[in-house]
Amino acid sequence: MSVSGVHYPHHVGAELHVVYQLLSYTHNRRISLEVTCPDADPHVPSVVSVYPMADYHERETWDMFGVIFDGHPSLTRILMPDDWQGHPQRKDYPLGGPGENRGQAYYAQGGDFDDISRVQADRNDDIMVINFGPHHPSTHGVLRLVLELEGETVVGCRPGIGFLHTGIEKSMEFRTFTQGTTLATRMNYVASMLNEASYCLAVDRLLDIEHEVPRRAQDIRVLMCELQRIASHFVAVGSGALEIAAMTPATLSFRERDMCLDVIEAISGLRMNQGFIRPGGVANDLPEDGISRLRTFIDWMHKHLGEYADMLYENPIIKSRLVGKAYMDLSTCMALGVTGPALRAAGLEWDLRKKQPYFGYETYEFDVPTWDTCDAYARFRIRMDEIHESLRIVEQCTERLENSAGEPVMHTDPKIGWPASLSLGGDGMGNSNEHIKHIMGESMEALIHHFKLVTEGFKVPPGQVYAPIEGAGGELGIHLVSDGGTRPYRSHMRDPGFNHIQCIPAMVEGGMISDIVVAMASIDPVMGGVDR
Amino acid sequence: MGLEDKLPSGALTANLSQVAGFLLKTSMWPATFGLACCAIEMMAAGSPDFDIARYGMERFSATPRQADLLIVSGRLSQKMAPVLRQTWDQMPEPKWCISMGACASSGGMFNNYAIVQGVDHVVPVDVYLPGCPPRPQALFDAILTLHEYVVKSPLGANRVEAARAAEAAALKATPTHQMKGLLA
Repeated sequence: MSVSGVHYPHHVGAELHVVYQLLSYTHNRRISLEVTCPDADPHVPSVVSVYPMADYHERETWDMFGVIFDGHPSLTRILMPDDWQGHPQRKDYPLGGPGENRGQAYYAQGGDFDDISRVQADRNDDIMVINFGPHHPSTHGVLRLVLELEGETVVGCRPGIGFLHTGIEKSMEFRTFTQGTTLATRMNYVASMLNEASYCLAVDRLLDIEHEVPRRAQDIRVLMCELQRIASHFVAVGSGALEIAAMTPATLSFRERDMCLDVIEAISGLRMNQGFIRPGGVANDLPEDGISRLRTFIDWMHKHLGEYADMLYENPIIKSRLVGKAYMDLSTCMALGVTGPALRAAGLEWDLRKKQPYFGYETYEFDVPTWDTCDAYARFRIRMDEIHESLRIVEQCTERLENSAGEPVMHTDPKIGWPASLSLGGDGMGNSNEHIKHIMGESMEALIHHFKLVTEGFKVPPGQVYAPIEGAGGELGIHLVSDGGTRPYRSHMRDPGFNHIQCIPAMVEGGMISDIVVAMASIDPVMGGVDR
Repeated sequence: MGLEDKLPSGALTANLSQVAGFLLKTSMWPATFGLACCAIEMMAAGSPDFDIARYGMERFSATPRQADLLIVSGRLSQKMAPVLRQTWDQMPEPKWCISMGACASSGGMFNNYAIVQGVDHVVPVDVYLPGCPPRPQALFDAILTLHEYVVKSPLGANRVEAARAAEAAALKATPTHQMKGLLA
């Protein structure tokens, strides 16, 4: 589920819209619900009693737009500091901030720590209130947990997020649709091209060219998504192991991740934050040695994936730390909007690549691993199995790409398609001399298209769309609204980590403090995606 | 001839601040302050493929009390800024700061309400490292630049003097927002 606010200042009397994206697992269908309220009286009933997962989403919509959700258990700011003035994603809030916050002093303790400590002091019992994060080696990023501990047992846990809030969604409103790729990619920085994939799927759907994207471009998109999924799972497993003080899996997994990144760099030009998947296709074709690099990579993976199985699967320390911990059964997962490996660990075979396919995933052969123990160990095993399945998809992509060499990798409409048949110049830099010769010497029209695409961007017909894909951690979707111009009117990313952070109290309260780290590692939130 | 001839073999003379600089640079422990994407490249720099251990820096210190170097890697949001300052204040002298990446150096591509436009608004930075994110080798280049600077840094009273001189120069210099380019 995702809740997204949109501010239409010209809809007098109904300026604030709240768009709910609902999903039925049983019927495999999605419904979008749009509710309006006026600026003068911005009240909307809260749906938290029906959909507990809407808790953080409604807090974010309050924080960013000022919509008051009646009946919400604790409607407070979530992404901005607690004492921030104004609601940043409203259209009347300038991108750089209005300046009224300048000169304000911020303190590291954060809003409610003193209140919680005071309540505890008044209670005068043995419960300790401690702060876990945001600067901490084991919080998987800049996450803050305010813990109430009775000895080693966690009695209460309150996550605090927003320490990496970057204003990506609002920044997208000031950039063209092509530039939006570079902003989207920096959300979940561990699996950056998956963000781009979701964003470009949304733009393709708004442009109504989703089924006109060239076959080869779709195959490259699938290839990059799966390579990123493998790389992301390696980071999840490696840093999860590091957080419980196992250092060898961390060094191993970063070695494998670097193999993935070498291939990704050869194809897209960058190790991270690539900006490679573009609306209409991909930015450029595979290099000449692309296929041979992929084959070397696949062989290496086959040779070395067994090391993880040998070292970790039956390791008594891993088992004693992970088995039975961070338990979330199917009803918990459904209530809290958990998707991805954690949902599959509860036994539900739900993977958007199979259930609501995109990019041609329905033509690939792969399985969706599930487990039935609903605990952290299950999620770990599912991630390792997903690496194997993704590798299968990468092999199939390599076959197809070898056979489709020479086909276009970008939509052929010159008003939309970024010039993508570029080659490297003689100095190894990006200037493509053939393209320059074409636009400067051969075709005036091509020059005009290039100029308009780069400076103005293409226009996207008015409309809104919610485009979910199967991200590395769960359902990664974007709600994209276009007003007919060259820039998005509103973009809201539904990151799986954002929903999963809500589950941390459900997983850790009643357990021991050392299981908190295991719980967080098992859901693998990436704070860049959580905070956006 | 000089003093060196009268010493037994195996002894060498050096400038005290250079010796101190050498010792400081060969075992500089970074504090884990990974914020965003650059943190992943910092973790990759710690992995055996790139190996920050060759500089003696593989022991990332989670506690700032035992850290020498703060590598601010990633975008600094307004909410996180006081935490960064508190972490910097908790580090004992001598300490240095590398702002890794475009976002830490200047706000990067995020020129908006949420991101501090450069961590030098909050902590004093010694080396700025551009990139989005900079590759691990680029991080090493920044670390080596810092090492050269550390070896040349004066000690004791000279250090206090150098700090005062740097402050006076900075106060006299044109502020960045008033700098005019070559065209003005």
